[in-house]
Amino acid sequence: MTQLVLFVIFGAITLAAAIAVVTARNLFHAVLWLLLAFFGVAGLYVLLEAPFFAAAQLFIYMGAIGVLIIYALMLTRGVMRQQVPLVNDQWALVAVLAVALLAVLSWLFLQHTWPTVDQAVGPDSLRTLGEALVDPGRYGFPFEVASVLLVMALIGAVTIVRER
Amino acid sequence: MLEQFTFVGFLFLVALFLGLFMFGVPWLLRLRPRKSSSYKSDPYECGLRPHGEAWVQFKAQYYIFALVFLVFDVEAVFLFPWALAYHHLAFYAVLEGVIFILLLTAALIYVWRKGALEWM
Amino acid sequence: MMVQLEWYLILAAALFCVGLYGVLVRRNAVAILMGIELMLNAVNINLLAFWRFTEPAAATGQAFAAFVYAVAAAEVAVGLALIVAIYRNRQTVDMDQINLLKW
Repeated sequence: MTQLVLFVIFGAITLAAAIAVVTARNLFHAVLWLLLAFFGVAGLYVLLEAPFFAAAQLFIYMGAIGVLIIYALMLTRGVMRQQVPLVNDQWALVAVLAVALLAVLSWLFLQHTWPTVDQAVGPDSLRTLGEALVDPGRYGFPFEVASVLLVMALIGAVTIVRER
Repeated sequence: MLEQFTFVGFLFLVALFLGLFMFGVPWLLRLRPRKSSSYKSDPYECGLRPHGEAWVQFKAQYYIFALVFLVFDVEAVFLFPWALAYHHLAFYAVLEGVIFILLLTAALIYVWRKGALEWM
Repeated sequence: MMVQLEWYLILAAALFCVGLYGVLVRRNAVAILMGIELMLNAVNINLLAFWRFTEPAAATGQAFAAFVYAVAAAEVAVGLALIVAIYRNRQTVDMDQINLLKW
């Protein structure tokens, strides 16, 4: 019961904030709504019994990515004042498309019977994750590739953004 | 699982209450200057008057530092489970984590050597 | 009453569709990246929901969620850097005016 109430609360926070992100006139307000949406997702992770990912959601998305987006907004602030139309001219078509996609996906999800198991999450699920991440037979290679990806993102982004 | 988060939820409610309290009390008591003037609503009550706008052009340097912060933040997501499993890992598995760290350190040193971390 | 897997899936689908709307409709490039972030979050909800409800003993779902974090960080870092560079060259981040490659 508590689960249900919390799911509805966090789901409503996430969805309402997400809709505010894509409709807000002021882009800075859109970023603040985006942070609230990230917070709602963190609450959902707690309900999914993945507290580590809830914490990661807070310190990566709300902390680092939120700050990065705000800086990018400040670096391009010239556009904040221009009175240009908020959306392009295909917005009605896209809105219909998005609602239709949601309807089809929901219908599919309810049609299928998912092979769910009623099993509690073990206390050392995070340790299992750590072992799987460096196991060469499982995610050892993607683990190193993730490191290379981060290196390339760092060097590439710094090279692009530097003022010379 | 959820019971362990009772405290977090409680703290969240306290934080929410504190924020609303600080906005609510002045609003309820109608705390505002009897005669309002532009001096009284300055961000700093004494000293120089601010001039210009708050939306000045920021330097790209800020963005670069946020970028380095983001990359090492994500590194923590991978290294925390790895560190938790440390005592159960074979030597080569520990080495993989070390390679992960060294690659990112190499990127940091490269960016440093290129002078991107200098304040211009 | 327990929260079922389908509910998480539908919530994630709704979040994805909102993000998709933002990506296809907004004119400001930073706003488009915000829509992409929403879509990536929807994907992560899906991964963790499947992990929780079908295979909580295995690490698969969690590992994929961690990789999505890395990819999202790389994407937002390079994407925003490109936007800043475009702004510096062309004084605009309006996607309708960034049309050099348009045929």
